[in-house]
Amino acid sequence: MKRRDTLKSIALGSLGMATVPSTDLVAAPPEKPLPIPGGRQKSEAIRDAKLMAEKFFTPHELKTITVLCDIILPADQKSGSASQAGVPAFIEFMAKDQPVHQTPLRGGLAWLDSESRKRFNKKFVELTKPQQIEIVDDIAYPEQAKPQYSQGVAFFNKMRDMTLTGFYTTRMGFDDLGYVGNTPNNWEGVPEEVLKQYGLSYE
Amino acid sequence: MSNFHIQETPEVFDVIIVGSGAGGGMAAYQLSKAGAKVCLLEAGGYYDPADPKYITQLKFPWESPRRGASTTRPFGDFDAAWGGWQLEGEPYSAAPGTEFHWFRSRMLGGRTNHWGRISLRFGPDDFRRGTLTGIGDDWPITYDDVAPYYDKVDKLIGIFGSKEGLRNEPDGHFLPAPKPRLHELMLKKAGKNLGIPVIPSRLSILTKKINDERGQCFYCSQCGRACQVYADFSSSSCLCKPAVKTGNTRLINGAMVREVLTDQKTGLCTGVSYVDTATLQERTVRGKIVVLAASSCESARLLLNSKSARFPNGLANSSGVIGKYLNDSTGASRSAFIPALMNRKRYNEDGVGGMHVYTPWWLDNKKLDFPRGYHIEYGGGMGMPMYGYGMGIHGMNGKYAYTDGKSLPSGGYGSRLKEDARRFYGAYVGMAGRGEPIPLESNYCEIDPNNVDKYGIPTLRFHYKWSENEVKQAQHMQDTFEEMIHEMGGIALGNKPGKEQNYGLEAPGKIIHEIGTVRMGSDPKKSALNSFMQGHDVKNLFVVDAAPFVTQGDKNVTWTILAMSMRTSDYIIDQVKQKNL
Repeated sequence: MKRRDTLKSIALGSLGMATVPSTDLVAAPPEKPLPIPGGRQKSEAIRDAKLMAEKFFTPHELKTITVLCDIILPADQKSGSASQAGVPAFIEFMAKDQPVHQTPLRGGLAWLDSESRKRFNKKFVELTKPQQIEIVDDIAYPEQAKPQYSQGVAFFNKMRDMTLTGFYTTRMGFDDLGYVGNTPNNWEGVPEEVLKQYGLSYE
Repeated sequence: MSNFHIQETPEVFDVIIVGSGAGGGMAAYQLSKAGAKVCLLEAGGYYDPADPKYITQLKFPWESPRRGASTTRPFGDFDAAWGGWQLEGEPYSAAPGTEFHWFRSRMLGGRTNHWGRISLRFGPDDFRRGTLTGIGDDWPITYDDVAPYYDKVDKLIGIFGSKEGLRNEPDGHFLPAPKPRLHELMLKKAGKNLGIPVIPSRLSILTKKINDERGQCFYCSQCGRACQVYADFSSSSCLCKPAVKTGNTRLINGAMVREVLTDQKTGLCTGVSYVDTATLQERTVRGKIVVLAASSCESARLLLNSKSARFPNGLANSSGVIGKYLNDSTGASRSAFIPALMNRKRYNEDGVGGMHVYTPWWLDNKKLDFPRGYHIEYGGGMGMPMYGYGMGIHGMNGKYAYTDGKSLPSGGYGSRLKEDARRFYGAYVGMAGRGEPIPLESNYCEIDPNNVDKYGIPTLRFHYKWSENEVKQAQHMQDTFEEMIHEMGGIALGNKPGKEQNYGLEAPGKIIHEIGTVRMGSDPKKSALNSFMQGHDVKNLFVVDAAPFVTQGDKNVTWTILAMSMRTSDYIIDQVKQKNL
């Protein structure tokens, strides 16, 4: 308790107001001023901080998302996996930021567990890798999937979209892609060998 | 209760300017340089793209938790514009069966902080379309009246481009244009084969240093984020700040103007009243001349809300024309995949913000079934991935074979998706038409009888419908896009929008080029302002945004706002010297 608050509490107590629970007499700690990141407006910073303090997915749902993300974008010789790039946390944030994603994602995860139970009597994350892939193969190819899996296809398309976007907007994704911009530069035209490759010129 | 006391600034300013965008910034700059004591009122906050507090330029997508998605800003987290089509507590409405989307930026410099810097002069024909075609109206002035001011704006602010000698696309004083990027060279070649001109764009970006206050472009392609070395034109960076620096301009941020005050005896403006948005206190500021530059619809709203016994229809509105002839550019777009650009070599091709080439209007409307032209803006290249990158890959990855010649079914998962992200990167182009509409009296904004904003200021109600002229123009745009795409060896994406979708014609207000609501003209019965954008009814009232403009050409009016505001400022200086004001 800060000295000022102690004094306040004593003062009030001395007035015979001891029936007030003492915790109410302690002033709330002064709110830390919200740091506003450069380029954000205060209202945006408040909104972002609030969203980040909230949780949408349950630990089980996040675990399922992580498994799916890494099936969609696994680590390979060229770059790391989706979860190594922080994609599950990105999907969690987007679900809070754009609530339109919430039901399709949560419902899609529930669909997936339901399908897993039907086939193997277990939740998706508890399946063996080949079992997981058996289900994924039924929903990962929109043009070949059987009609009874159409909702699963829609969910997997959404997961694929979110995973790709989440991965390729990170440093790991930039390096995988070979993006070299967003830095002070001097544009002097298309490199000579590229012009040659395409049979183009500046004349 | 001091809260209810209206606080009045004792000083009487020579000029009060409402709004700090292109028009207001130019007037503040020009008038304060001439020695006038100016009060510049801006409804939004202070903004300086060189201050780390505000910088979004050169940030990476992962510096935004939503990777730059447009959840809170319509053009994404890193876009410089504060505000958008909807502002908290500042509503507007549209009459049933009509539609208008009103984009507002509440900040120093207004919408100039994020615009495309496309800086096209009007040509001689653009001022007299009425006479030339029998539809619509002429301006009360000609190209020759404005040309000297376009020249001055070119030199003061800086613009790149190329001398082309096109009659209705007059050349200016251009800095060197950046070389086309790879997809732009392909567009140029396709255009050449089709007889569609593709020429260097004309953007207000400094490819060479023009003074010590502003730096040179360093090619990050992010003018939409506003430039920390002021290499692009924003009213805040290039006009408002220099105006304040003269010592003659007092800038007041957070000043939401409620009405223009008048002397009922003389019928002249005496100042404005405004709400201090931070404290919600009512304030007034006095001035000898009032210049409105609050944006087309906001200036009209302000005049319509400035009612008094002497001006029962709103200020300077004896003609009843204020609010009418509201018009936005037409817009339609299409994108395409260019197989030849798959698996392309990587290098930094960020370039300047936006396009390096464009297509000016090239046809004769006498031979077409719509009366006005459009230009085409192009996009594409190896841009920075942001929210949305890679989405929809299942619509593409089954259609095209991999480098080893093998094909795989659409969709899928695994390392192939990484290869997809890499092989399709930078292999798309986009094209967007921006056309001239016919301003109609029946397209207008008025004061909504039932609604006020959070400051208690009556809001606007819009009435806007496109006519057959604009729909046919959009149809022509779509045909042209497909010709260009086909000629480039590209594959148009999505379905071609047909008649039921108005050929992809964007809803009114979506292009953010609205003008026309406080019309200028030589006849006081049909216009609110004379040819110097001075009130017919109120001689010490001026409007210097795009509200006075009779038409907008297909020319993205910012450069014309700047030229016309400079012209009106010179007129004000001259009239004060002659003791007419």
